[in-house]
Amino acid sequence: MTTSTRETEIIIDPTVPLVRMIRDFDAPVEKVFRAHTDPKLFARWMGPRNYEMRIDHLDCRTGGSYHYVMISEGNEYGFYGSFHEMRPNELIVQTFTFEGMPDGVALERLVFEDLGAGRTRLTTTSLVDSFEGRDGFVASGMEVGVREGYQKLDEVLAELSA
Amino acid sequence: MAADPLSRVFSALADPTRRDMVARLAVADATVNELAEPYDVSLQAVSKHLKVLQDAGLVSRSREAQRRPVHLEAEVFDLMTKWIERYRRQAEERYRRLDDVLRSMPDDVEPAPETPRSPRPPTGAPK
Repeated sequence: MTTSTRETEIIIDPTVPLVRMIRDFDAPVEKVFRAHTDPKLFARWMGPRNYEMRIDHLDCRTGGSYHYVMISEGNEYGFYGSFHEMRPNELIVQTFTFEGMPDGVALERLVFEDLGAGRTRLTTTSLVDSFEGRDGFVASGMEVGVREGYQKLDEVLAELSA
Repeated sequence: MAADPLSRVFSALADPTRRDMVARLAVADATVNELAEPYDVSLQAVSKHLKVLQDAGLVSRSREAQRRPVHLEAEVFDLMTKWIERYRRQAEERYRRLDDVLRSMPDDVEPAPETPRSPRPPTGAPK
């Protein structure tokens, strides 16, 4: 039982290295799309709460690119990618790379679906080229806890196989 | 076979039969025979599945006695679920911030301008 049908749903595919997230919004598709392409709006929600968000550029057109930096306690975490397809109010296909792992790239597909009655479903699919890459991608959420959890899992597994 | 532990857990759970075994072991330990019962497969096939789960650290088998029940390592399973749940919650927090942004936007928001399409993107982004 869930108290809310709106909470983000996550699908970690065990057979293909992808992560899929589904979330409904109480806003028309134009707004949801705009919040992804307007740098001022984008900066207000993309970065974690305690991070300062600096958007170097967000050139939202097919063939465009983006680069932004999240700053926390003097540490900067840069992210960049290209917009492969930018279809207003429908679709964004982009690449995504964390500067700390320049060899890693995710191919992301953001589908904006008009649910009617001023509601929108956003489905984000991130695909990488290996399971290690996917797991690293999920773990690179920069939340210390995630890394700790990962290390803890390593430790537990090491103990078990000893 | 993927090398890192987490990938081993993921690929171990990629198979529906193994997922089903894990679900049943979450209720109680079971012997290989008991585990094999509902499936239309040989004992060897079930043993093979168990080997994959064991290599991933998801289940263990006691060495004592001939019964050798299979035991689910709930801690490993929980860690993986927790880890995914953390990631999900992080995304949920991000989307709640987006909820706030969307609420603050005026209703007569201008539609996004048509983006010019070109088969070859020009070098140097126009400002």
